[in-house]
Amino acid sequence: MAAVQWRSRGRNYDAELQRCGLEAALVDFGDYHPLKPIMVTDTKTRRGTRKGSTSSSSSSSSSAPPDPLSSMLDGTDPLSMFAAASATETPTMSHSSSTGDLGRRKREKEEEAVGPDFEPWSLKRGEILARFTTTEKLSINLFMGSDRGKATSQGSAVSEKVRTRLEELDDLEEGSQRELLNLSQQDYANRIEELNQSLKEAWSSDQKVKALKIVIQCSKLLSDTSVIQFYPSKFVLITDILDTFGRLVYDRIWTMCSDPRPLPDNFTVEDVNDTAKETCLNWFYKIASIRELLPRLYVEAAILKCNRFLNKSAIQETLPRLTAMIRGIGDPLVAAYARAYLCRVGMEVAPHLKESLNRNFFDLLGTFRQISSENVRAQLVLQMVEMPEYLTLYSPAISWILQCIAYRAPESLLTEMMERCKKLGNNALLLNSVMRAFRPEFVAARATDFIGMIKDCDEAGFPKHLLFGSLGRSLASADPPESERLTILNEAWKVITKVRSPQDYINCAEIWVEFTCRHFTKREVNTILADIIKHMTPDRAFEDAYPQLQTVIPVQSVELHFQFLLFSVLQERFLPFLDMFQKDSVRVEVCKSIMEVFIKHQVELTRDPVILNAMLHICKTMHDSVNALTLEDEKRSLALLIIGFIRMVSFGRDFEQQLSFCVEARATFCNLEPVLVQLIHTVNQLAMETRRVMRGNHSRKTAAFVRACAAYSFITIPSLSSIFSRLSLYLLSGQVALANQCLSQADAFLKAAVSILPEVPRSISVEGKLRSSESFLLDFINSFLATLLVIPDHPEHGVLYLVRGLLNMVQDYTWEDNSDAKVRVYISALPLLAAMSQETYLYSIPKVDSNETLYGGDPKFLSEINKLCETLIGQILDHLKTLGRDESTRRQGALAFSLFGVLLAHGDLRNNKLSQLAVNLWNLSHKHGYCETRTSVRTLEFIKHQTQQPDMAHLSDMVQRLTLQSRT
Amino acid sequence: MSVTLDIRLKRANKVYREGETVAGVILLICKEALQHHGISLSMEGVVNLQLSSKSVGVFEAFYNSVKPIQLISSNIEVAKAGKIPGGKTEIPFEFPLHTKGNKVLYETYHGVFVNIQYSLRCDMKRSLLAKDLSRSCEFIVHCQPQKSKVIPTPVNFTITPDTLQSREKNSLPKFLIRGHLDATNCVISLPLTGEVVVENSDVPIKSIELQLVRVETCGCAEGYARDATEIQNIQIAEGDVCHGLAIPIYMIFPRLFTCPTLETTNFKVGGVI
Repeated sequence: MAAVQWRSRGRNYDAELQRCGLEAALVDFGDYHPLKPIMVTDTKTRRGTRKGSTSSSSSSSSSAPPDPLSSMLDGTDPLSMFAAASATETPTMSHSSSTGDLGRRKREKEEEAVGPDFEPWSLKRGEILARFTTTEKLSINLFMGSDRGKATSQGSAVSEKVRTRLEELDDLEEGSQRELLNLSQQDYANRIEELNQSLKEAWSSDQKVKALKIVIQCSKLLSDTSVIQFYPSKFVLITDILDTFGRLVYDRIWTMCSDPRPLPDNFTVEDVNDTAKETCLNWFYKIASIRELLPRLYVEAAILKCNRFLNKSAIQETLPRLTAMIRGIGDPLVAAYARAYLCRVGMEVAPHLKESLNRNFFDLLGTFRQISSENVRAQLVLQMVEMPEYLTLYSPAISWILQCIAYRAPESLLTEMMERCKKLGNNALLLNSVMRAFRPEFVAARATDFIGMIKDCDEAGFPKHLLFGSLGRSLASADPPESERLTILNEAWKVITKVRSPQDYINCAEIWVEFTCRHFTKREVNTILADIIKHMTPDRAFEDAYPQLQTVIPVQSVELHFQFLLFSVLQERFLPFLDMFQKDSVRVEVCKSIMEVFIKHQVELTRDPVILNAMLHICKTMHDSVNALTLEDEKRSLALLIIGFIRMVSFGRDFEQQLSFCVEARATFCNLEPVLVQLIHTVNQLAMETRRVMRGNHSRKTAAFVRACAAYSFITIPSLSSIFSRLSLYLLSGQVALANQCLSQADAFLKAAVSILPEVPRSISVEGKLRSSESFLLDFINSFLATLLVIPDHPEHGVLYLVRGLLNMVQDYTWEDNSDAKVRVYISALPLLAAMSQETYLYSIPKVDSNETLYGGDPKFLSEINKLCETLIGQILDHLKTLGRDESTRRQGALAFSLFGVLLAHGDLRNNKLSQLAVNLWNLSHKHGYCETRTSVRTLEFIKHQTQQPDMAHLSDMVQRLTLQSRT
Repeated sequence: MSVTLDIRLKRANKVYREGETVAGVILLICKEALQHHGISLSMEGVVNLQLSSKSVGVFEAFYNSVKPIQLISSNIEVAKAGKIPGGKTEIPFEFPLHTKGNKVLYETYHGVFVNIQYSLRCDMKRSLLAKDLSRSCEFIVHCQPQKSKVIPTPVNFTITPDTLQSREKNSLPKFLIRGHLDATNCVISLPLTGEVVVENSDVPIKSIELQLVRVETCGCAEGYARDATEIQNIQIAEGDVCHGLAIPIYMIFPRLFTCPTLETTNFKVGGVI
């Protein structure tokens, strides 16, 4: 096979197009497209301005969402839906609960018999543990009786057994006393957990007495108030053990009854057999003989549920008795928590028994004066605990009790409770709990009353800012009557602003910001922010209050219209406010959350200098946080946010301004590559926009502007590190430049692209894995070739100088061993060359003369092309030969077949040599049987079909020479 | 050759009254067939008396223990010598709970000096090579519930330093504790209830405890010995309780250690100051 004479087939593109597919039904580019993102217009905020602008795909006009993913998520995301749902469900706690435990909460709610709107204990639990901590050293005082229990022989009579057991219980005082001193809080929690484990172990190894003993000892710990700040947490830890115990006992008795078949959930006493009853009674007798009050009380409460086995009304009778028993506890704190536990168990077991809950509360009120007794005072002095701090220790217990009472309670009851609180001289602690526990609507409706009560209550003991904090929390979730709002805010803020300690101040202010944002205009918000700044600036107080300050911002963003008020008008307040975040990491977090809100809710493009300035400042802060240690993901998310911002910026017709904005942005965000890429795209888009405005006819001024755009891209691209984004951007910018009739710029772009081709590494990392870059490169070269068709030759360089340049690069490029990539490039270059030799080109760019006009079908030009083709075909054939030698016949066949396809489509097969070559290739590709028969058959059919066309009759000869390989 | 012998009473709580029938099964579990020389079952009720070392000397108390009084005794042979097949064998039995003559079946009671105990004992005699097996099982006898209803007679009490029988009355701080018990004659199966109110106290209260005391009387050589011992001590208040608030008194009688008629029970409310 000597050098082949190439002749391109003459094509009449128009005629071909007409022949091909006019009948084809017009594709309806209407509404539906499977790949189109399903855009849900934001239902949460119900903004009318957001059109369902799905059609934005083509122009990528910046009304498109910042990124497709987030736009998909917007509205349809199940997680955010849950969040939204829960925000409406349990508004009281929205500020404290993260979305993370949402799932858990949901689950637990379902288990709760009380109903979904009852805040379960498990939530409080974590809160308490986190809130009441101490650095003091703790001690556990355990009396563990000697292990005589194990020695009891099985054969002894019941009386003996019982006696030894009871003796053991009494024995505890004499038994080995273990006192663990100097425990840190963590150690303490661990010890308790260990006890919990050993309780379970003892239970499972049938040492019921030991289990009971552990429980008794644990509950005895609750009478110890030596490190009083830790008491609430201790309570939580120990009641966990009690819960475990209660469950174990209940389950055991339950399994005892479910011998033939499991008990139904709503079993009655008659379903319980005698053994189970007896065991149950035994437990109660045993517990009744516990010497100390507190363990007796707690342990009986723990197994309260077991009363169901004994008697229908047992629970009903036990609850009041236990309630009365608590009166015997002298320490008010211990008593309050015991009441809380009883209420909790009562709620779980018999939620309908409201009476004892109320009884509990009234008893609590009755013993309230105990708090200021000598005893307590002495203790506080000893432990160096201030009265206000001491009082806050009560709040979890009291609010829990009140919550139980307030749950689905009639309005009248709540009013009665309020009256009772009033009678007690408006005790601040009670008031606080009432506000926290009662329904926000209830509180909100009486907000003015409450403010009056807060004012009246005595300052000593319980600080007022906490009261206002609680009130604010209620008001944030339920609206007070319209007319009272301003007075409420004024009254509240009057007190808040006087709070001395910055920490207390910000805790309180944080809550009220939300209320203000909801109901008032920028003026009020402005004042409050100013006040916050004023308070937090001295002595760098803000440093300790980052979390609170941080929540101020998302709070604002909840109400977005306010946010934009903030941005546009409160500049002078907002940025100083941001400046308070002086720790970098915190600041970046804040900036990120602001940006997220901005991107999510900013719908219209903006050119407002105030917004731009503020946002640029924020973005710069984010950008500047990037350093060598920044994680890849972090960078990506930052870049995404900044990109979102850039897409929001539009100066309308003021293109130059936009370009200068891009210049500025480039200078600011030089460290984030994706941002640079976006900037280049923006500038390219700008150029195309200019062209559209000028309807393709650039004036001198716009031409200069477009060239400036090209220059921008040209100098920005080299600063990117990713070779493929550089390549594709070169190509894209070249195309844009060409479309704008900037020939030399386009030339430069493409030349630059060709010149960096050798730098392409053979493998690149895609999503952390090394992949061969070959396929990417092939893709790029193919689209590059397609562009080359319309590029006119440079007058100073030779014919087809860019094509030659590219092919040379391809030849010199170090391809992977054993790869056909080079030959594939050659094969795909052939159609280009064939297309170039046509009289009119398949496509052209308006106002740009391509080679067709430049050369006008000059024979010299054509022969140049043909020569090039011949060289290429020669190379390809050589490669095919080597492949035949290497026995890589499968690859050989595939390549041969694709060359055949190219010849068929683009070569002039009237030429004998060419047609002979085609036949040879066909045979070669079928020689080893790797060819897919279906493809072959379809190709043959196509050729036969082609022969029907005028001036294609010569193909019929060839068809006869192409034989189908039989399937062997 | 392992074998387990057990007595299972029909009633889970093992409480029987006079005139009722103690019914149950003897349970034998063995892997292989078992040769034995007879299984017998006996029921016994005894009162054990012991003298307190306080009322008589230590030695007398040790040596001079009073002879046990037998209240009830009967014996039956459950199975003659023979073989028991392997596996689980249940032999049912019944004992009528009747006294002979004028003896009274007292309630089961476990005290310090007086013990009233009822038990079932099952013996299995075996060949020389194997040990005899025996198993005993206590059951509890309660009196017939009283026919006539006891009308509760509430009693009020007041404790002040003056009412205390103490030598150093003057050194005591001032306090006033009032209270009432709902009944002085309590039904043993129901809890003791009442209330106590600390009206005032000069010194903070540490604890209020309720002590259940029994008095046991034994006849012996030198007449009668009376001893008061504590049965149960329950704390009803801990710490300095709120003054003027009624604190409930509530105590369930430990059934094994108290008994209604034979001995009198005496209650004492002690405020530990």
